[in-house]
Amino acid sequence: MNWGSPSEFFAMGGYALYVWGSFGVTAACLIAEVLLIRKRRHDILTSLRRELAADRAADRAAHKATHRMDYQ
Amino acid sequence: MSAFLAIVRRDLLLAARRKSEVFTALFFFMIVVSLFPLGIGPEADMLRKIAPGILWVAALLSAMLSLNRMFAADHQDGTLEQMALSPTPLALLVAGKVLAHWLVSGLPLVFLAPVLGIQFDLSARALLVLMISLLLGTPLLSLIGAIGAALTLGVRGGGVLLSLLVLPLYVPALIFGAGAVEADISGLGASGHLALLGAQLALALFFAPWAATAALRIALE
Amino acid sequence: MSNRLINWFKFASPQSFYPIAGKMLPWFAALTVAFGLPALWLGFFVAPTDAVQGEGYRIIFIHVAASWMSMFIYCIMAFWAAVGIVYNTRLSGMMTAALAPTGALFAFLSLWTGALWGKPMWGTWWVWDARLTSELILFFLYLGYIALTSALDDARRADRAGGILALVGVVNVPIIYFSVKWWNTLHQGASVSLAKSPSMAHTMLWGMLLMALCCWMYTIAVALYRVRAIILERERHTTWVSELPEVKA
Repeated sequence: MNWGSPSEFFAMGGYALYVWGSFGVTAACLIAEVLLIRKRRHDILTSLRRELAADRAADRAAHKATHRMDYQ
Repeated sequence: MSAFLAIVRRDLLLAARRKSEVFTALFFFMIVVSLFPLGIGPEADMLRKIAPGILWVAALLSAMLSLNRMFAADHQDGTLEQMALSPTPLALLVAGKVLAHWLVSGLPLVFLAPVLGIQFDLSARALLVLMISLLLGTPLLSLIGAIGAALTLGVRGGGVLLSLLVLPLYVPALIFGAGAVEADISGLGASGHLALLGAQLALALFFAPWAATAALRIALE
Repeated sequence: MSNRLINWFKFASPQSFYPIAGKMLPWFAALTVAFGLPALWLGFFVAPTDAVQGEGYRIIFIHVAASWMSMFIYCIMAFWAAVGIVYNTRLSGMMTAALAPTGALFAFLSLWTGALWGKPMWGTWWVWDARLTSELILFFLYLGYIALTSALDDARRADRAGGILALVGVVNVPIIYFSVKWWNTLHQGASVSLAKSPSMAHTMLWGMLLMALCCWMYTIAVALYRVRAIILERERHTTWVSELPEVKA
């Protein structure tokens, strides 16, 4: 074990800025990347659902129109 | 072979009809070279040290400016598609276009650079090494640039994108080209650098037309 | 084709790969954590303080892993690009595109952590040594690939042009590295180099290895995650996509 106390750990022997600057930015970037992909997937799924709903509505409208013609 | 020469002749003829484009690139080279002393300072010792790098970077940028011209005009009027359909291998025609491009954009730099090198107080021998390094280097730049030009064919904003693609690939040529002149100035001898530059050129002569052709076919579909 | 051979091409269609990628994803995410926690443990709590560089050297654990990954990912991209060109499979191009942003990210992190390591050690934020300079150019190569594939509207053309660029790049990377190394040794003003790491205690080596494995698992997980999104985007007008449970919901 290297550290006498949590404050020693965070101080990193005076190199805190550099060590935590490195690991911190790395963690932030990796998390940001995952979140960005999650957003990308969410966007495409939302767009697909919207398209499908629109298609179904259009189909229903077309179906109604042809049926009305049958009864006339 | 005759198709190759025909293409070279054709491209040279087209370039001759649009001389202003050619001269613009050369003027760019001259102006950029002159900008550096203005930005850095006129001390002869320092200028002599940075001269090879400046001249080479300026040559690199100037060669890059004219890369767009290689395929764009032919692509726009449909000639490129005809070339792709012709019985002559497209790689041969591409090699012809690269040669014509170099003759018009690269070779003048070889002769212009020593003249500008005088501004930096380079010795006569250093200027000779500069000429040889550019003589080996500018065809290399045209060959690598052809790949970039083919990849970005017809893309809007393609000029800047072309630079981004091609500049990292230019780094070895820059290092050994400018390095050759520096080595000569410092007395170490430029032969190693020039040999490596020549080796890169040989490699590019073999692979670049092939890669550019593949990229053109992708762009033409 | 003998029945005993696995038909790899069955997995080459986006439709069959999508569910497989979905199933593999949680495993690689788990492996990332499984390698990452011990790596961090070793790096911070077990590896001893360096005699010369103090605690600052611990950046090496992430710097080296990021550098290795940035180079490794580019080679994998080139591999998939070659497969795509030879077999004309659509999925290969999607994999290359899925890997590129992660590779660019690791290249950036390598430069960032390199700068943060260099400042306390050598006094400057940037050192033109061979490794960092080559890493910078590799970063530009990644940016070029991403820029080219973003600029081309047609997905197939983007995949194939990007593939050619990746292959040309991968051939050039050793040439670039060699020429930058030559350039660096000639201009031996900076006799210090970031490549000179502290003499390796066993724990340091293990820490670096585990961290590299962690980043590798992370890369695979993220690439699978991203390629699923890419598949949905590219195949949006197919029947099988509209039949997916997550779309129908």
